[in-house]
Amino acid sequence: MSKKITLTIDGREITAPEGEKLLWVALDNDIYIPNLCAVKEIDPPQASCRLCFVEVEGYREPVTACNLAVTEGMVVKTRSPAVDRLVKTAFELLLSDHRLKCSECPKNRSCELQKIAKERRLKLRLTRFRPLVKDLPIDDSPDTFAFDPTRCVLCGRCVWEDHEVAGVGAIGFSRRGIDRRVTTFGDTSLADSPCIECGFCVEVCPVGALSFKE
Amino acid sequence: MQQLLEGEKELIIEKVGEILGKHGSDRENLIPILQEVQDSLGYLPGLSMEIIAEAMDIPSVDVFGLTTFYNQFRLNPPGKHQIKICMGTACYMVGGRIALESFERHLKIGEGETTSDRKYSLETVACVGCCAIAPVVVVNEDIEGKVTPTRVDGLMLAFEADEQEEEQKEAEENEEKGD
Repeated sequence: MSKKITLTIDGREITAPEGEKLLWVALDNDIYIPNLCAVKEIDPPQASCRLCFVEVEGYREPVTACNLAVTEGMVVKTRSPAVDRLVKTAFELLLSDHRLKCSECPKNRSCELQKIAKERRLKLRLTRFRPLVKDLPIDDSPDTFAFDPTRCVLCGRCVWEDHEVAGVGAIGFSRRGIDRRVTTFGDTSLADSPCIECGFCVEVCPVGALSFKE
Repeated sequence: MQQLLEGEKELIIEKVGEILGKHGSDRENLIPILQEVQDSLGYLPGLSMEIIAEAMDIPSVDVFGLTTFYNQFRLNPPGKHQIKICMGTACYMVGGRIALESFERHLKIGEGETTSDRKYSLETVACVGCCAIAPVVVVNEDIEGKVTPTRVDGLMLAFEADEQEEEQKEAEENEEKGD
């Protein structure tokens, strides 16, 4: 059993195992920090969604909570003008290539983006950025679920489940930049891929990209 | 992905096997192996990526992710006529994209693709170094300047005429052989 340490998050004193990542310590203690790409088992963390910024005493600028190990006497603030600004921009950038129409989305009301918007009082529409929603078709070839790449936030949770938990290797990231997307080998449909329809990827999708059919 | 030609499958299996034998199947050798396969075959056929993935015991989609990430890898075979459209600043400004779109319409393929008969492949390049005659298109090794859609029509007609001539020659040669 690792050593226990004490730290302060938003004025609350918390005991946690030394070396645990700050994001998980906060979440385990019911202190919400926005996150999309975080999976406890991924080491080192991807730290790609840029939503879990916090202020830590001794650091000049906000840091991502998912890849910061907690230490004795650490003092953390989950909100500050600098944090809010970073999270707002990251969130807007995520929305800029996300098909918004929430009312038509299978994850309406159980979507992580909606949760973050509510928690942080962010708007679920674009004000500053130009929308860049890709013109990609929905893949509804599997019997049990469908994949809508235009609602994908590229968190990588599904790829992790597919590779490391299910051990299938049907989906992965391809291309780069604005073209980056989750695909199968050679961009085939999921039905033509090694996918075994275990549904693990669908269960971890934080948004409406992967959803079970009725 | 492109259909393989007759006998191409065997060639791919042989070449990829050779290269894998030389490098071993450690994942750290993935990029050097892919580079060598591309040098040897001119492009990375889907089959080659699948063989490499299997030898390394990694999902083939991971190899696909890598080869689509880096610009140095091409997944489509080079065409007999390789058309490269300059997208350097000068060419871009005076209508490089218009030239590209004209070719795309003619050949019914997109950028980075090859026609199914493998006669033409289309790609964009950065500056070729002759901005004064922008927009520039490099066809095989020849440089074409001030390429307007009309010029694209002309180039395509010339290609077709060449093809016909070649076909005729081949037919004649075959006839001679037959005699």
